[in-house]
Amino acid sequence: MATTAVSAESKNYLNAEYGIRSWLLTTDHKRIAILYLISITLMFFIGGYFALLIRLELLTPAGDLLTADMYNKAFSMHGQIMVFFFLVPSIPAVLGNFLIPMMVGAKDLAFPRINLLSWYVYIGGAAMYIWCVITGGVDTGWTFYTPYSSLFSNTHVVEACLAIFFAGFSSILTGLNFVVTVHRMRAPGMTWTRLPLFVWSHYATSIVMLLGTPVIAITLVLVILERTLNLGIFDPSRGGDPVLFQHLFWFYSHPAVYIMILPSMGVISEIVPCFSRKRVFGYTFVAMASIAIAVIGFLVWAHHMFVAGISLYSALVFSFLSYLVAVPSAIKVFNWTATMYKGSVSFSTPMLYAMGFIGLFTMGGLTGLFLACLGVDVHVHDTYFVIAHFHYIMVGGAVLGYLGGIHLWWPKISGRLYPEAWGRLAAIIVFIGFNLTFFPQFILGYLGMPRRYWDYSHMPEWQALNVLSTAGASILAVGYLLPLAYLLWSLRYGKIAGDNPWMATGLEWKTSSPPPTFNFEQTPEVTWEAYEYEKMPLPEEVTLER
Amino acid sequence: MFDNFPLWPTAASSHAVTEDWVYIFLVVLSAVMSLLIFLTIVVFGMKYRRRHGREAQQIEGSTILEVAWTVAPLGVFLGIFAWGAVLYFDERTPPAGAAEIYVVGKQWMWKLQHMEGVREINQLHIPVDRDIKLIMTSQDVIHSFFIPEFRVKQDVLPGRYTTLWFHATKPGIYHLFCAQFCGTQHSGMIGEVVVMNASEYQAWLTGGAPVGSLAQDGQTMFLQLGCQTCHRFDVQGRGPNLVGIFGKPVQLEDGRVVTADENYIRQHILTPGRTIVSGFRNIMPSWQGQITEEQLNSLVAYIKSLNPPPAGAAGVPNP
Ligand code: HEC
Ligand SMILES: [Cu+2]
Ligand SMILES: [Cu+2]
Repeated sequence: MATTAVSAESKNYLNAEYGIRSWLLTTDHKRIAILYLISITLMFFIGGYFALLIRLELLTPAGDLLTADMYNKAFSMHGQIMVFFFLVPSIPAVLGNFLIPMMVGAKDLAFPRINLLSWYVYIGGAAMYIWCVITGGVDTGWTFYTPYSSLFSNTHVVEACLAIFFAGFSSILTGLNFVVTVHRMRAPGMTWTRLPLFVWSHYATSIVMLLGTPVIAITLVLVILERTLNLGIFDPSRGGDPVLFQHLFWFYSHPAVYIMILPSMGVISEIVPCFSRKRVFGYTFVAMASIAIAVIGFLVWAHHMFVAGISLYSALVFSFLSYLVAVPSAIKVFNWTATMYKGSVSFSTPMLYAMGFIGLFTMGGLTGLFLACLGVDVHVHDTYFVIAHFHYIMVGGAVLGYLGGIHLWWPKISGRLYPEAWGRLAAIIVFIGFNLTFFPQFILGYLGMPRRYWDYSHMPEWQALNVLSTAGASILAVGYLLPLAYLLWSLRYGKIAGDNPWMATGLEWKTSSPPPTFNFEQTPEVTWEAYEYEKMPLPEEVTLER
Repeated sequence: MFDNFPLWPTAASSHAVTEDWVYIFLVVLSAVMSLLIFLTIVVFGMKYRRRHGREAQQIEGSTILEVAWTVAPLGVFLGIFAWGAVLYFDERTPPAGAAEIYVVGKQWMWKLQHMEGVREINQLHIPVDRDIKLIMTSQDVIHSFFIPEFRVKQDVLPGRYTTLWFHATKPGIYHLFCAQFCGTQHSGMIGEVVVMNASEYQAWLTGGAPVGSLAQDGQTMFLQLGCQTCHRFDVQGRGPNLVGIFGKPVQLEDGRVVTADENYIRQHILTPGRTIVSGFRNIMPSWQGQITEEQLNSLVAYIKSLNPPPAGAAGVPNP
């Protein structure tokens, strides 16, 4: 292509300035996205390392590889890192940061400096968390249940809470920036109904971040105060209530599930139309489903507490509402599937991830019905069934969406194509490894294997399924390392991408790759709807060799 | 082969059988729906694979379809909700006359007190075909009493009682787990539930060294702690007469009316000032931190025993 040579040399956000200072003091949302990308990738591999320790320990029934305390720290830190330092910021802070201004046709986010601040706050939290890990770690599980966390644990609970408090603030700042940007910074003609669904889902996510995160922040502060000043809020011997903590914790942490999955749904809503060359089926319904999820998602928190001693009638209400919140997710799945109907489908890497997402998210959602079902939850609560369920949502859903999104926008971010054959191979490996890791855990859970068990020597019959799971985890690890390797490789050796290698709609593809610092040469004027694929030519088939 | 590769836990309680049916229904539903979605994606992918000369056909959407796939799942969901709710209701409402056993969880063991006075650690012996109700509390962190073969689980909280009931249907030895993470030896907080025939159970009960019943222990405590100085059974003392109060409504000084259940009695002994009985002065001392959870259980059992005897104390068949 003639344009490729030009865009490679022209000024873009990557070569506009050089030097470490130009990165650390940047207010360019695209550079900040890259800073986030590097930091969360690091955190992901630390969290993954702990996952590996867990799976290796469970290879044999006896607690032989780690001590009990080490194991308890391993799963606690795996969960805390993956949730608070990887999944919550993942798509919003990287892809959302990079793309939302471009998708709405703006030069930057509404508050570029707050955006940079949010990264610093995140780094402050992450650094404190790593400090906590190095000095001995924390063993409360990612859930910090009181009074164990507040009165009994001898580990670094205060540091961990503070670190997460920081991470929470960075996500509040990101959410604030997105909400204001979507309201105030849209280009002329970019009406709400012309917004890409990626923007809609991030808008919904941001609302959850803004309303939910302060609650977890203050809850963790209460745990800190209880530990340091002996406040007694959660201590029953002084009139406190340990279950109150669970209400506060889940008031954020259930909606947090949607902070993690909604952005991923946004990515899928971009990938499926692009690789089916079709308008998204039922645009309005998909967009409104995001909002419905964000709203109802705030009303279901106590479904994590059906056996925690809440009253019979409140359990009924929360079970009922949990079924309601499942409906908009089902709507999305049906609409994505329908989008492929009579399309012109290509199985490129992002599409493979999207198809994987739809299937695995469906399974994650369906197994959620078991947990929302009061009578069944009594048995499977706090067993491996729950572990399997939320990994189907968080990995099968959120992480697959993240990987799909990284591949889809990699040409835009880096200006280079990744090697397609490797991409497809890695996607298939991730899919197989994932299922082998987590499907056996459904069975283990129904058999009654409780979560957070370090040693199961009295139940040797659980070993076979655990061995399968560990085998799957090692395959999954390969699937994660491959993209790391070939994406880095492509930065230097990948083919020059061109502005719009997928022939996708969306304003981000109308500017050069990588985009210039202020995104567009002149402010675009939007006269079209999102996903007008009928007006787009087919992409040159991205060939299998590099 | 299935000894090493089990796929299904034994069902050994009345609740387990009904719960399994809901589970089976959900498994079938999920399998069908997942297959449907997987197959549709794969079939669409194959059938509409990108080919030269064939273009995608644009379809904006269809309101009829949207309504259909909103309403249909909602209907199914409500059905599942109702089914699960019925099950839960049953699981959370102990039948009258269930034999009671007190449970204290602590890092990292289960302590059990039978009404007959027998105590056990990490082992629970119960008769088959009897309704059993556990009255549970923790002396430190939150634990969770979980018997997978019975499909029941209930968190055990410090500072209050929670209850759990079941009806074992098969003699045998089953797992007892702590399901709520509780510190270092969480995975060691396990034990077994031994379900025995009525006759074996009787033999087991009387086999050990003779002991007084839990209520008798409670009576001893009651006298030792000097409760009878205020709570007299003949005349109205400085405190109310405790005979027959269990399970009855109590009028409190602040206007509330509460039921005198186990939690009320327990809490009244620990923090009397929080629920002052109407017509009395707030002079009852607090025993917070001065008696153990087990002693507290015996006091509660004693005060309950002052009621006319309920149908079916442990060991006696249900009516
Ligand atoms: C100094 C006198 C005194 C002593 C000793 C005392 N109580 Fe009380 N108790 C009271 C009074 C007065 C009340 C009613 C006012 C109130 O609710 O505090 C009461 C109320 C109660 C109640 C609630 C009764 C109802 O009708 O609702 C229970 C249960 C109880 N006491 C148990 C005990 C036990 C068990 C002990 C011994 C460990 C004990 N008390 C020792 C004075 C006493
Ligand atoms: Cu939830
Ligand atoms: Cu425990």
